[in-house]
Amino acid sequence: MTPLTLYEKLWRTHVVRQESDGTALIYIDRHLVHEVTSPQAFEGLRLAGRSLWRKNSILATADHNTPTTQQTVIADPVSRLQVDTLDANCARYGLTEFPMGDHRQGIVHVIGPEQGATLPGMTVVCGDSHTSTHGAFAALAFGIGTSEVEHVMATQTLVARPSKTLRVQVDGQLPLGVTAKDVALAIIAKIGTAGGTGHAIEFAGEAIRGLSMEGRMTLCNMAIEAGARAGMVAVDQTTLDYLRDRPFAPRGGEWDLAQAYWRTLHSDEGALFDREVVLDAGAIEPLVTWGTSPEMVVAVGGRVPDPALEPDLTRREGMLRALGYMDLSANMPMTDIWIDKVFIGSCTNSRIEDLRAAAAVLEGRRIAPNIKLALAVPGSGLVKRAAEAEGLDRIFMAAGFEWRNPGCSMCLGMNDDRLSAGERCASTSNRNFEGRQGTGGRTHLVSPQMAAAAAVAGHFVDVRDYLPHHQRTA
Amino acid sequence: MRAFNSINGLVVPIDRSNVDTDAIIPKQFLKSIRRTGFGPNLFDAWRYLDEGQPEQDNARRPLNPDFVLNQARYQGAEILLARENFGCGSSREHAPWALEDFGIRVLIAPSYADIFFNNCFKNGLLPIVLPETVVDGLFHEVLTQAGYRLHVDLQQQRVVTPSGVQHEFVVEEFRKYCLLNGLDEIGLTLRHADQIRAYETLRAQQEPWIFGVRS
Ligand code: SF4
Repeated sequence: MTPLTLYEKLWRTHVVRQESDGTALIYIDRHLVHEVTSPQAFEGLRLAGRSLWRKNSILATADHNTPTTQQTVIADPVSRLQVDTLDANCARYGLTEFPMGDHRQGIVHVIGPEQGATLPGMTVVCGDSHTSTHGAFAALAFGIGTSEVEHVMATQTLVARPSKTLRVQVDGQLPLGVTAKDVALAIIAKIGTAGGTGHAIEFAGEAIRGLSMEGRMTLCNMAIEAGARAGMVAVDQTTLDYLRDRPFAPRGGEWDLAQAYWRTLHSDEGALFDREVVLDAGAIEPLVTWGTSPEMVVAVGGRVPDPALEPDLTRREGMLRALGYMDLSANMPMTDIWIDKVFIGSCTNSRIEDLRAAAAVLEGRRIAPNIKLALAVPGSGLVKRAAEAEGLDRIFMAAGFEWRNPGCSMCLGMNDDRLSAGERCASTSNRNFEGRQGTGGRTHLVSPQMAAAAAVAGHFVDVRDYLPHHQRTA
Repeated sequence: MRAFNSINGLVVPIDRSNVDTDAIIPKQFLKSIRRTGFGPNLFDAWRYLDEGQPEQDNARRPLNPDFVLNQARYQGAEILLARENFGCGSSREHAPWALEDFGIRVLIAPSYADIFFNNCFKNGLLPIVLPETVVDGLFHEVLTQAGYRLHVDLQQQRVVTPSGVQHEFVVEEFRKYCLLNGLDEIGLTLRHADQIRAYETLRAQQEPWIFGVRS
């Protein structure tokens, strides 16, 4: 038999119908729904008089508009209407929803895996580009637009064309202080934000196998920032250990059956990829973005690049515009960049491990006086509970952080948490686009521990100088 | 969906690469539960000098005179000429909705982000990929010739410049068919309902946990 890639295995299992033009109708196993990209889809169904194909494929939650200071009212009437509309649609169609205030509510990409609603071998879609996150479980997971949301609701399928495959292999072990976030940024720095366009990425290699599920989710989350709709990691013991006993995961005899199948979800020896990229984990350093695209990134010990040295004209213009927007000058050391706000959260870095890593840096320290606001926002109600049970909330608050309720928060300014014009933020989110965190706001993407260290210093610093003693000597 | 066949449209150039969907339609406008009305807020942060809010009277806002969409020579443009990786970032379909609502029918660029590219077809927009050198040439022409128009013919899969130069483009058969006829993809898929049900029966034997009701 021809050796297959993981992607090919997942694709083949889901083809309902192959068309002669190369497209196929593929079956969707899990459909995650949030308030921003679903109202027009529900309305479309209603207008056409269509019903939902398989209601139990859907898990819904409100996350983008929900406030993080309290969970009873949404002050902005436009935001409130959007969340109310989701609640009403879920009630009307009898869908499983974790509404605002439910202890399981949270960012859709955090709660899917946490509930075991994301499982290996599944196709997972959501009207949200960071659906790539779920590929960490060897699922074929990708973001779709609202018309496609409606299409999945009505037919449980999508019309698609197979992607090309790209294996990103990260060999060796990650140095201390270097996280999955840095790996993601390093990959984007290497292949560019359009490097993965048209491809599904499989992350492989020793460094990836060494990552926890949280780390793998961070990595797959940012596959879309490399242009790839889907990122994925093969199943191993780490995957199975994470999923066992999750509420939506199979149990008993079904678990055994599932487990046996899931263990086949890896690329076969000798499988051919359309492209391969190899990175050396040992060479990756803690990274900070300096511009308005995730590929504009350098090591924290480095300097803001000089556009004058960029031969490509369009790129040079882009760099100049980014430096202008970010109010930075070429060649300045990254550690000279002072910040106003710190945001630890988002579907990239708001899981328990992220909060632990940040808290380890903050323990016994205070944020610098120039920091106007430092937010710690758990990805879900359950992450929040777990963190509180470990006392992480007390560490954050003692350091001067605000400990908030779950939601997308300052990842994008749709709720009350945002940057004002000109403010500069160390953020663990995934996009540093102009205005993303608030009109005129300036975003620097970093890992959770880098954000924590920057909060303490007031400017970017190398987290390796701030790691707790036992970690440094470990 | 509105059908598309051919147009002879005014071209507006957006000379930046990696234009993301946050730039095409900023996040505050995503709170709408409607599909229409996004046109006035297309490229909001670049187009206006103040910060836009949903449900605002956009006619009274200060315009940024430097932004191309505000320049007299590009008023009424139906074709947007863009650089590589146009539409990167979020999956928001509000981006093509805003472009469509504004009056854009065709995009021309060397490349697009995947989700955005897909979303265009669902909304009667035709995203055309032409080689970088060709796009470069078109940028040069549109910037130097006022009132520059292109003829775009989907049936023939051709872009024709005012001087008669023809550029062929590729488009998937199925997408072309849907776009030419303004067809609703859901209706087309539901013709295969039996096949979908048969697939489910088979899959349920192999992976029953996918179909089980659980909570
Ligand atoms: S946390 Fe940010 S990137 Fe993730 S789903 Fe929410 S808004 Fe999107």
